[in-house]
Amino acid sequence: MTIGIRASTLPSSLLSAMDDGHRSTTRTALADSTTSRVSYTLDSTLDSVNKVEQTAEQYAQRAGFDEETIPYIAMAVREAAVNAVLHGNAYDPNKHITASFETTSDDLVIRITDQGPGLDPSTLPDPLAPENILRGSGRGIFLIRAFMDEVNFRQLQAGTELTLIKHRTPAKTGT
Amino acid sequence: MSMKVSTRQVDGVTILDLSGRITLGEGSVTIRDAVRDLLAKGQKKILLNLGDVNYIDSSGIGELVSAFTTVKNAGGELKLLNLTKKVQDLLQITKLYTVFDISNDEASAISSFTQ
Repeated sequence: MTIGIRASTLPSSLLSAMDDGHRSTTRTALADSTTSRVSYTLDSTLDSVNKVEQTAEQYAQRAGFDEETIPYIAMAVREAAVNAVLHGNAYDPNKHITASFETTSDDLVIRITDQGPGLDPSTLPDPLAPENILRGSGRGIFLIRAFMDEVNFRQLQAGTELTLIKHRTPAKTGT
Repeated sequence: MSMKVSTRQVDGVTILDLSGRITLGEGSVTIRDAVRDLLAKGQKKILLNLGDVNYIDSSGIGELVSAFTTVKNAGGELKLLNLTKKVQDLLQITKLYTVFDISNDEASAISSFTQ
């Protein structure tokens, strides 16, 4: 069961990055647990990428990750948002991305969706292969996988959902 | 904070002092334009000082690689100076650390360019 919570009940620090320029802010919380998920719908712009990155950093801080880990989580989320805006939606003003942030007792879970043509991760070239090492692009998904504990792709009816998971153990403070 | 770049010349080597973030839409285009301008002027010994670059994403890494290959293909040399730990870690993860000529000392970096 889910219940709606007004955005105004959110901590101001978490809302600050998303306050301006986005289309909608919604928040739902599971009534029977401490798990909560906050979802944002954003335009396909680099400004949205920056906001998603900043919000990821704030959630990672609240989840209790250490100062070494937080920037890498934020970078992985930034790369996922760049993929959604650039490769998924191709900056199309009629398409949007969503970013959701969920902190469970065990994990920080971030989901990024786009409305693009879809992405088959098995077709991505290995950026470490000698023939690709000097390519000017193609390292985003590789870095996401390097910095997160689990990365899952899901093909949507229109678009792709990328789920990024970072285990909170052993750091579990800040819930 | 977007990236800033200033240029200076030392013993025939052009040093680009970069500061800020090298990311998609920010520093990446700046580097591309700066390197292109230098090559157009015949300045082919280029040292990128990344000491004040506090953040770089995959687009920024790609831009460094593109700059490296562009300068090399033009018969020049592009080297890196003063990597922060974060940038160094990223280049190691992406196996690019051994591709670039990297130094932490400006004087020795300058003297390493082909005379």
